[in-house]
Amino acid sequence: MSARRIGLVAWHVFKESVRDRVLYGIGAFALLLVAGAIAVGQITAGQDVKIVKDLGLATIELAGMLMTIFVGVGLVSREIERKSIFALLAKPLPRWEFIVGKYCGLVLTVAVNVWVMALALWLVLAWMAWTSPENVRMSWEAPAVDPRLALVVLMITAEMAVLVAVALFLSTFSSSALVSVGLTVGILIAGLLSSDLRHFGDIVVVPQPVAGLVSTIGWILPAFSAFDLKGQVVHGFPVAPGFVLHTLLYAVLYAAALLGASIAIFERREFK
Amino acid sequence: MATVVHTDGLTKDFTTGFWRPRPHRGLDGVSLEVSSGGVFGLLGPNGAGKSTTLKLLLNLLRPTSGRAEVLGLPPGDLRARRRLGYLPENPTFYDYLTAEELLRYFAGLCGFTGAECRARATRMLDLVGIEADRRRLMRQFSKGMVQRVGIAQALIHDPELVVLDEPMSGLDPVGRRDVRELILRLRNEGRTVLFSSHILSDAEVLCSRVGILAKGKLVAAGPLAELTASGSRGCEVVATGVPSAFVARLAHREVKVVEIADGRYAFELPADSAPEPFVAELAASGGTLVSVTPLRTTLEDVFLERVR
Repeated sequence: MSARRIGLVAWHVFKESVRDRVLYGIGAFALLLVAGAIAVGQITAGQDVKIVKDLGLATIELAGMLMTIFVGVGLVSREIERKSIFALLAKPLPRWEFIVGKYCGLVLTVAVNVWVMALALWLVLAWMAWTSPENVRMSWEAPAVDPRLALVVLMITAEMAVLVAVALFLSTFSSSALVSVGLTVGILIAGLLSSDLRHFGDIVVVPQPVAGLVSTIGWILPAFSAFDLKGQVVHGFPVAPGFVLHTLLYAVLYAAALLGASIAIFERREFK
Repeated sequence: MATVVHTDGLTKDFTTGFWRPRPHRGLDGVSLEVSSGGVFGLLGPNGAGKSTTLKLLLNLLRPTSGRAEVLGLPPGDLRARRRLGYLPENPTFYDYLTAEELLRYFAGLCGFTGAECRARATRMLDLVGIEADRRRLMRQFSKGMVQRVGIAQALIHDPELVVLDEPMSGLDPVGRRDVRELILRLRNEGRTVLFSSHILSDAEVLCSRVGILAKGKLVAAGPLAELTASGSRGCEVVATGVPSAFVARLAHREVKVVEIADGRYAFELPADSAPEPFVAELAASGGTLVSVTPLRTTLEDVFLERVR
């Protein structure tokens, strides 16, 4: 194993991704949404900070998802489609190092973007706190520059790390970038509903085998909804001790399992 | 001479068709040896199995049966890949990296660090003639320039075996000449060059040995001189002032007649026919001899004979 080679692959993925026009488009979209949140905040008396936090965090999550899907899926499947992978795999680079390097590079790209957007949101919130009178600040459910916002962003980053692993896994056996995008979006939506799927039998009246099957699928799918701390933090509710650690551990194990499966498939893959 | 590439009964089946998959044999029992030094040309029409053979040697494909060795090692072995360079057919690279960044990246993957990566990238860009465009993004490059970068990345770590899949593809005449000179330079440096092509004129100029593939089978292999020295194709007699009556008399004989201009003809005599009686007959009929040229068997003749 060469950490240096993995680092090289990751660094070049990051370098290429941050120059990709798709990323700029998503960044501009995110800024537009944050600006929209501020505008909405202006016309809702007393609720402005909560709305800016709510919409700002949702925007960061959505932009992270779009980046992962549109940049991440292309990482392997577009390389295979365009055959740029041939020259790379002819170099003394084991395939598993290629996969791990690609994964680390995209997680780094998405994480940097998510935290830069979060920093922008913090600056907006700090400005709002600075310009608001004390009596208004006292009425807020949570302080504007709430340190717990970092927990929400950390959870969004962990959610994206799992989504990157999903995108990479699908890319390793799909030969079309478009198919990979479709499948990743499908798993993302299903994963956001995984909590409902797990308790499908309690929500919908269906025969037991159907409820069991849907519930099993719900347990297999990544539980993206579990990473959502936005509501609790924005409204100042407490977060259960150990929840963040357990969810992070889940993300690490889930991403590691998907990476392992991706490597197993990719090691056997042939390139016509 | 050591063997750098050895294949034994190499066979590769593909599956074609989505709804009703059918097996298709891409390569059929190819046994090949490439010795170190010199230029080996893997020739064949489109779809003959050239790229498949090269991909099997690079572990991009795995054989259905048979085996291959590259530099005495299995194709997937990293030690073999450290000693070989590969240019894929119609290469593409990363749109948002510059040529220099790409070469430094690939040099890094080959184990070089810092200043050595930079020095190698610069040297290779100079070698392939795109030093002025080193800081342009790859997406702004023409097909020919990408091909040159592809060659540069294949040579970045000074490999002893250079595998080039259709290296002239997409190049203009100047680019083709440059690549030909580069291949000859690599040969003179003692490296082994294995390249695939369907352009026979390139192969004839460059190769010391060739293998000809047709429909997945190796139909001929050996030193170019031996393959083309398998016999004379006869000779060509060119004459002027040839009377039409003489030409008419040849209608029932095994002589190929080509009218070059009014009264000027080229006569292609078969290998078993001595030119002297024909020349005497020509002179007697009033024609004037211009030249008699023995027809050597060309690579094209061998190629066409084997692939048909």
